[in-house]
Amino acid sequence: MTFTGDGFGGYLTIFLAGFLATEVWRWLGLLLGSRLAVAGAPFQWVRAVATALVAGLVTRMVLFPAGALVQVPLAVRLGAFAGGVALYFLLRRNVAAGVGGGAALLLAAQLVGR
Amino acid sequence: MAESEHENASEGPPGGQGRAFARGLLAAFSIPAAVLFATALGFGALARDGGFSLAQTAFITASMFALPNQVVLVDQLARNETLLAAGFAVALAALRLLPMTITIIPLFRGGRPRPLVELIAVHFVAITPWIEANRRLPALPAELRLASHLGLGLAFSAVMLAGSLAGYALAGSVPAAVAATLLFLTPIYFLLSLLATSQSRMDLLAIGIGCALAPVLYVLAPGFDLLATGLLGGTLAFLLRRRRGGPA
Repeated sequence: MTFTGDGFGGYLTIFLAGFLATEVWRWLGLLLGSRLAVAGAPFQWVRAVATALVAGLVTRMVLFPAGALVQVPLAVRLGAFAGGVALYFLLRRNVAAGVGGGAALLLAAQLVGR
Repeated sequence: MAESEHENASEGPPGGQGRAFARGLLAAFSIPAAVLFATALGFGALARDGGFSLAQTAFITASMFALPNQVVLVDQLARNETLLAAGFAVALAALRLLPMTITIIPLFRGGRPRPLVELIAVHFVAITPWIEANRRLPALPAELRLASHLGLGLAFSAVMLAGSLAGYALAGSVPAAVAATLLFLTPIYFLLSLLATSQSRMDLLAIGIGCALAPVLYVLAPGFDLLATGLLGGTLAFLLRRRRGGPA
């Protein structure tokens, strides 16, 4: 594959393996979503699957991170995460405070830990 | 969640659609947009590492609009995998968009059915807009939701594009502590948003079981762990939703 060249072949590769392989699920979702009743059991089950999947992504990103986050010790990652969740609940379910607080804790712990 | 009282309103006031679209666009200046920007920075840097051009990086983000899949695509092609292998890996990662799209469609319905507009709107289904749609759309009159989602999706798409290009330009010049903190924003935003938008005992169960199951399946079934977590955890939450304490 000569995807690195800025030629037509590179864009065709991205279109097929990237765009089409992704978009096809959205089109199928449009088709199926139009046929399910919100109150029905099938729809509720699909909602549970989508929710569990995103929740699973959360723990995977914190426990088995990629990139620069690998350098941060697990205890620091977990501590900052728990701190952010605690802030969210303490400040009456404020998502911004939880996200900002958790990130601030992680940054502070890294700077102190040097 | 507030049930819409406008469910039966026939048509919105003139200009209502345009205003809903414009208000959706304002989502570009929100916490989730900031988190999305930070995440896209990482993708831009990765694409540059993988040998892609700036224009290709922009094309990937604009056409796919799903960061985890974009990471898979770039990783596969940078390792010189075949077109088929790369496409399969991306399709597997993108399967999570199916349940998300299925559950977002009913939110659009209520106004006149507009299949073509809906086909465009589903392009903007990804985790962040899915969470925001669940949070914002139910409170809107049914006939304005599609316009609002289009605005929100376009805004998030522009933010992700800007983040990818900035990340491409900045690659390697950001201090490690800052880079790590940027990567940390996404999981904590995802979890808090799931908690904030949960509507039922089943949702809370799905969050708890999904969180607990993922590390186990990551070790047992790497590559399929997210799908397995969704299917197993979601099914379990669905089955347990009415046990103990009557209907959810």
